[in-house]
Amino acid sequence: MPLTVEIVTAERVVRTESGVDMLIVPGTEGQLGILPRHAPLMTTLAPGELVFRRGNDEESFVITGGFMEVRNDRVTILADAAEAAEEIDIARAEEARARAEGRVRAAREGHGGDIDLARALAALQRSSIRLKVAGRKRRLGYPSPGPR
Amino acid sequence: MATIRELKRRITSVKSTTKITNALQLVAASKMRRAQDRALQSRPYAEKLQLVLAGLATNAGGEDEARHPLLESRPVKNIGLLHITPNRGLCGGLNSNLNRSAGTFVATAEEPAAVVAVGKKGRDFFVRARAQVTAEFTEMGDYPTQAETSAISRVIMQDYLAGTIDRVYLSYAEFVSTANQRPTVRQILPIAPPRMDSLEQAEEFRAGYIFEPSPDQVLERLLPRYIEMQIYSAVLESAASEQSARMVAMKNATDNALEIQRDLTLTYNKARQEQITTELLDIVGGAAALEE
Repeated sequence: MPLTVEIVTAERVVRTESGVDMLIVPGTEGQLGILPRHAPLMTTLAPGELVFRRGNDEESFVITGGFMEVRNDRVTILADAAEAAEEIDIARAEEARARAEGRVRAAREGHGGDIDLARALAALQRSSIRLKVAGRKRRLGYPSPGPR
Repeated sequence: MATIRELKRRITSVKSTTKITNALQLVAASKMRRAQDRALQSRPYAEKLQLVLAGLATNAGGEDEARHPLLESRPVKNIGLLHITPNRGLCGGLNSNLNRSAGTFVATAEEPAAVVAVGKKGRDFFVRARAQVTAEFTEMGDYPTQAETSAISRVIMQDYLAGTIDRVYLSYAEFVSTANQRPTVRQILPIAPPRMDSLEQAEEFRAGYIFEPSPDQVLERLLPRYIEMQIYSAVLESAASEQSARMVAMKNATDNALEIQRDLTLTYNKARQEQITTELLDIVGGAAALEE
């Protein structure tokens, strides 16, 4: 029996997807592949890319950390934030990356005032992942999504 | 007759007031629907989080309880109050009810309170009352996002972990129904985690899963999220309460204005009729005088 996957954030239910053959998620301890009949699992997730695989089809999402519960072929992902690859706003992500880079540099060179290096790094990581996922999607030549 | 003109002027004035209150009512009604939807949409996440937290936090009790600073209760020297209010007025008694409830709470608390104000109305109240306002968030829109509320959570948790405040309360407008919003003050830190019905149930829950990296580490990540979630949903609920209160207040105002309009129009017509009667009598009287 294939997997049923639900991605929820505090703001909305991002996606409910059934018939998933394999799910790849960014666990805090490394990437995890979830196949049907996986043992019950509860884990923390790191910022990264999440991929649904159905036959030869793939669909990717970006999440910025969270939790995952696997039980009876039902996967619930409690994400801090999540968006589908085609929803990513590239301009905004690039802007965020530039800003985060500036902050990291300022904090490293010690004239950043009260900039929190850890937070700046986390922001940099989040924006880089968004760009990476969005970029790959485009290169693979997926049809551009129509208006919803 | 001057009063007729006066009446006419007042009718026009009431009419334009009605237009404004009616428009505000319609705007509030549509914002209310969206605000309520948002509050509902956060529910699946909140419920799941609660369940997992309950499963992880229900344990043998005793010393083991205090394994995380956010769970640990310590001697209370200073308290913090996170006071959530609307930015704007024209929402009936909501603002004054909220401020009264929070004001009474601070006045009767045994320990000195530091206030973090979300919303202009609450900030103004505590500034006027010369309370200690340590932070304010007054730039939030009608549909607050998680990015905005997580800044609030960060301030609160920082103060709590630094030891400047030892216990934190949340004051907000609980959304009961469109016609009823209840000012509520409740404790959020240290966390009193939701409990499972029995220890066995919790142990069964924990035994049923592989935890990665470990149950404690999952719990450690979960607790700050739980606080963020509580604050986020309180802010959402307050937003829904604000729009509902505004809609009801504006509906009452519109109804009242319409009633005044009716009364004034009646008085105006009576006065007009009287004037015509008097004029007719004058003409008839004049004609009769000429015939003689």
